[in-house]
Amino acid sequence: MLISTEFSARKVRPFWSPLVAGLALGLVLLLTFVLTGHGLGATGASTRMTAWLGLAVAPAATQANSYLGPLVEGGNPLASWISWQVIGVAIGALVAAFFGGRFRIQLDGARSVGAPRRLVAALGGGLLAGFGARVAAGCTSGLGLSGAATLAVAAFVFLGLFFATGLIVSRLVKGV
Amino acid sequence: MFPFNDAGMISGLVCGALFGFVLENAGFGSPSKLTAQFQLRDWSVFKVMFTAIVVTALGLYGLRAAGLMPADAVFVPTSFLMAAAVGGAFVGAGFAIGGYCPGTSVVGLFSGRLDALVFLVGLLLGTVVFAGLYGPAIEAIMAMGEVQAGDTFTDAYGIPEVTMLALLIAALVAVFYFGSWFERRSAGPVTSEQAVAGAGSQTPV
Repeated sequence: MLISTEFSARKVRPFWSPLVAGLALGLVLLLTFVLTGHGLGATGASTRMTAWLGLAVAPAATQANSYLGPLVEGGNPLASWISWQVIGVAIGALVAAFFGGRFRIQLDGARSVGAPRRLVAALGGGLLAGFGARVAAGCTSGLGLSGAATLAVAAFVFLGLFFATGLIVSRLVKGV
Repeated sequence: MFPFNDAGMISGLVCGALFGFVLENAGFGSPSKLTAQFQLRDWSVFKVMFTAIVVTALGLYGLRAAGLMPADAVFVPTSFLMAAAVGGAFVGAGFAIGGYCPGTSVVGLFSGRLDALVFLVGLLLGTVVFAGLYGPAIEAIMAMGEVQAGDTFTDAYGIPEVTMLALLIAALVAVFYFGSWFERRSAGPVTSEQAVAGAGSQTPV
């Protein structure tokens, strides 16, 4: 396609088929269970990052907070397996994007909805997802994917409401 | 014998790197591809997730059946169904509006997307809001709807594990069949060129 040659010399390689990607993801998740006894996640790390930033900006309030306080009691809240795992996600994604010719610095969605709207939507969407992930004690990866693989009831309830709400909200609000 | 219950840096980096590598190659760093699932034009999110769930669930079952992994050896999320439902709705809304879920926003950022960085800032803010509201009231709501009998379908409702696995495989086949049907009658899956060019670059069909 014309678009691919406009931006970069490296050819944009196609995505893996969903079947291949799904098989690979399943094997990675199984490996994670075998190595660690639990699945993959994301918001465990962002919650610890919040506690860490809180400790730097407002230490007294963070220590007194009944949710973040226990996280900072034992020293550095970032010292955890999940932090390394998310650093790993960043490295793996960077490698894949680079070798796939798909790395582009861009504000994705600026063209479709305009930059100001895209920024507000990304911030608001992140806020909703961050709040929701704390309510559910997990996100799409940690509860939806990893939990479903252990046949947990909560995971399927999460995925059902996740999809139903997304379906409705995407018809009401265009954020990308 | 399994699992090793390793909590070290190396296993974190290795599992994470493989996770991120697969997610980017699946196209899940792109908010236009991710949200196309909700527009029902691209079923990659569900196809990939269901395939992975089935592979891992079969693998865990196989390891237990072979005597390589004891029962209850891996972490299973507690069945706080109200918390899962409310949280799932919020994450779904955030995904639809912001274009990412927490994990895929990391993939988006490291494939060059600055909007994913903004989403991550929002994620931290959402955590701050939750921590600020956290207390006996929110704890009581989150504890509602717990299934006392157990956390898995087998423990909670007595559905045999093989039945659950068979149902999941049937659901997987259905997702691929109906998903592809929806994809054929719409603009179809977001290609890597369209994803790299950014949302809004696709020519509508």
